Amino acid sequence: MNRRRLRDIPWAVLMLVPSAGLLAVWTIYPLVRAVDYGHKQCNRTLTECRDVGWGQFSRVFQSDQFQDALLVSVKFAVFTVPTGLVLGLALAMLADKHIRGIGVFRVIFSSTVATSVAVASLVWFVLLQPQIGVLADQLSGVFPSLKEPGWLNGNDTALPAVAISSVWAGLGFSFIVVTAALQSVPRELHESALVDGAGSFRRFWHVTLPMISPTLLFLMVVLTTRALQTYGEIALLTGGGPQTTKATTNIPYLIYGENSLIRNDIGLKSAAATLLFLLSGVFAAVQFRGFGKRVHYGS
Amino acid sequence: MRRVSGVRLSGVTKKFDEGEDQVTAVDNVDLDVADHEFMVLLGPSGCGKSTLLRMVAGLEDPTSGEVFIGEQMVNDVAPKDRDIAMVFQSYALYPHKTVRANIEFPLKVRRVPKAERTAEAHRAAEALGLADHMRRKPGQLSGGQRQRVALARAIVRRPAVFLMDEPLSNLDAKLRGDTRTELVDLHRRLDSTFIYVTHDQVEAMTMASRVAVLNQGRLEQVGTPQEVYDHPASVFVAQFIGTPPMNLLPAGLLGGEGVRVGVRPEHLLPAADGAVTARVHQIEHLGHEVLVLAESETAGRLVSRLAPGPDVPVVGDSVRFEVRPADMHRFDATSGMRLP
Repeated sequence: MNRRRLRDIPWAVLMLVPSAGLLAVWTIYPLVRAVDYGHKQCNRTLTECRDVGWGQFSRVFQSDQFQDALLVSVKFAVFTVPTGLVLGLALAMLADKHIRGIGVFRVIFSSTVATSVAVASLVWFVLLQPQIGVLADQLSGVFPSLKEPGWLNGNDTALPAVAISSVWAGLGFSFIVVTAALQSVPRELHESALVDGAGSFRRFWHVTLPMISPTLLFLMVVLTTRALQTYGEIALLTGGGPQTTKATTNIPYLIYGENSLIRNDIGLKSAAATLLFLLSGVFAAVQFRGFGKRVHYGS
Repeated sequence: MRRVSGVRLSGVTKKFDEGEDQVTAVDNVDLDVADHEFMVLLGPSGCGKSTLLRMVAGLEDPTSGEVFIGEQMVNDVAPKDRDIAMVFQSYALYPHKTVRANIEFPLKVRRVPKAERTAEAHRAAEALGLADHMRRKPGQLSGGQRQRVALARAIVRRPAVFLMDEPLSNLDAKLRGDTRTELVDLHRRLDSTFIYVTHDQVEAMTMASRVAVLNQGRLEQVGTPQEVYDHPASVFVAQFIGTPPMNLLPAGLLGGEGVRVGVRPEHLLPAADGAVTARVHQIEHLGHEVLVLAESETAGRLVSRLAPGPDVPVVGDSVRFEVRPADMHRFDATSGMRLP
C-alpha cells in the first residue's frame, strides 16, 4: 500500500461510518441476536432463557411445520419470480417505444411502486371476495372456484391467488428496473442488427436480452429474496390459511404469523428466521452461480 | 453477372419534429452515386449528412423524395432487404459476442449454412488482419481492431452498397491515416459502392472518387476532390475545403461591385508591386512549406503559403501580395455563389 492510500484511510472510514452504522444497528445486531436466541428456550417474557444447544436449528429444520412452510415458500417463489420477471420485461418492452403519450403508460405501469402491500392486498381481497368481488362476479363462469369456496379459501387456489396479488404489487418495480436497462442499450446496436438483417425476435435474442442480462439476474435475485420473505400479503389475505391445511403458511408467516403454532416461542422463531436467512443466501448464490456465466457485464 | 448498385437520391427531404417546430435536416437533395463509386458526404456537424446516409440505410424515412438503390426504389424496403451494410461511428459491435460471432452475425441471421459462414468470416477477418483475434471479445481489442471488426462484419456479406458513418473519428491521428489507405484499398478490391460520411475534409480529399458537400441540409456541390478544390461552387465550399482555408477578401476588393474574391493561400504571393499590403504577425514553419499569417487594413486576415527559403518574410515585415487573375475565385457578395 502506498502512502497516498494510507492517507486516504481516515476519510474512507469516515465515509463508511453512516452506512456501516445503519447496517450494524438494523441488520447485523438483530441477526446476531436471532442466531443467539436460536439455540435457547425462553419463557414468554424473555426473563428466563436456557441454552438448548445448536441442535435446535436442525430440529426446527427437520420439523414438519418448517418443511411444509419451506415448500410453501418455494412454491410461492416459483409462482411469482418467473411471472414477475416475464411480465416486467414484457411491459417494459411495450413501453420502450418512441411514440406520443408513452409517458402516460409508463406512469400507469410503474404505479404499483407507490402502492403499499396493505393497499394492494386490500384491492385484491375485494376483487377476489366471493360474494361482492368483481372477479368472482365476472369470471365465475370460467372459474367456478372463484365463487365457491373463493380462491383465498381454497386449499389449491389460496397460494396462487396471493401470488397474483404479490406479482401485481411488484410489477411496478420490475417495470422500472427493466425500463432503465432497456434505455441503456445503445441504439446503434439495434440499428446495426437491423441492417445486418435481424428481425425483431433476433434483435431481442441477440441484442436486448444479452445487454440487459445483468439487470435480469439482479431482478431475479431480488424477486426471489422478496418472495421468500413475503409476509404482508399472506397475513392480510389468508392469515396463513386455509387453516385446515395451512396452505399459505410460508416461513415468514410461520415465524411471525398470528395463527402460527410457534408464535410465542422466541427460540424456535429465531432458529427459523436464521434458517430463512441462510436459505435466501443459498438461493441467491445458486442463481449467481447458475446464471452468472451467461450474463454479460459490458466491456 | 455484377449487380448494378448505384444509389440515386431524388428530391429527398427529411424534417424532424422538435416540439412544436419542424426542423429540416435534409432539404431537397438530388444526388447520383455511380456504381462502384467512393462517394464522400462532407459537411460540418448538423449539416444533415448522417441523416442522408441513414435514409439510404432505411433507418430513417424521407419526409418526401425517393431513394433508389440500383434500379429499385427502396423507400418502402426494409433495411435488411436493401443489400447494404453499415459501419457506425461507435462500431456497434455486440460486446457479448466473440469477434468471430460478430463477423458471422449478418450471415447467421440470413441462415447461411455454418461451414460457409465460418469460411466467409475467416476470409473477411483475413482481409482485415483479424485472423488471430477471432476468439476475443470486442472489449479485449484496441480501438483500431474494433474498427476493423466492424468493417469485417460489413464486408462479410458482400453487400452492393457500403455505408459508413464517420468510421475513423474514434481513432488516433496515426491510425486514421493508415486506415484511410486501407479503406481505399478495400474499395478497390471490393465490388461495392461506398458512401462515406465525414466532417473531415482530409478524409474526403484523400479517399473520395467524388465529394458531396452539404451545408444546412442542402447540397452545395458535387465533384471530384480536385474539382471541388479548384472550382468551389460557393463561399461555403471554398472555406470548408482546404487547410488553411481560402482567403476571402471584402466585397469590392480586387473584384467589381458586389463581388467577393477568394484566393487560396498558395496563390497569395509576395510581389514588389502587389495590390494588397499586409503586416506579418506570425510565421509557421512546417518544414516542407511556410505559412505566413498577415493582417491587412484593407483585406483583413490573410494567409500565404510559401516554399521555405531566404525570401520568407519575418514577423513585423510589411509585405505586398499579388494575385494572378486566373487564381481568383469570384463569388456573388450576397448569395455567396460562384460567379463565372
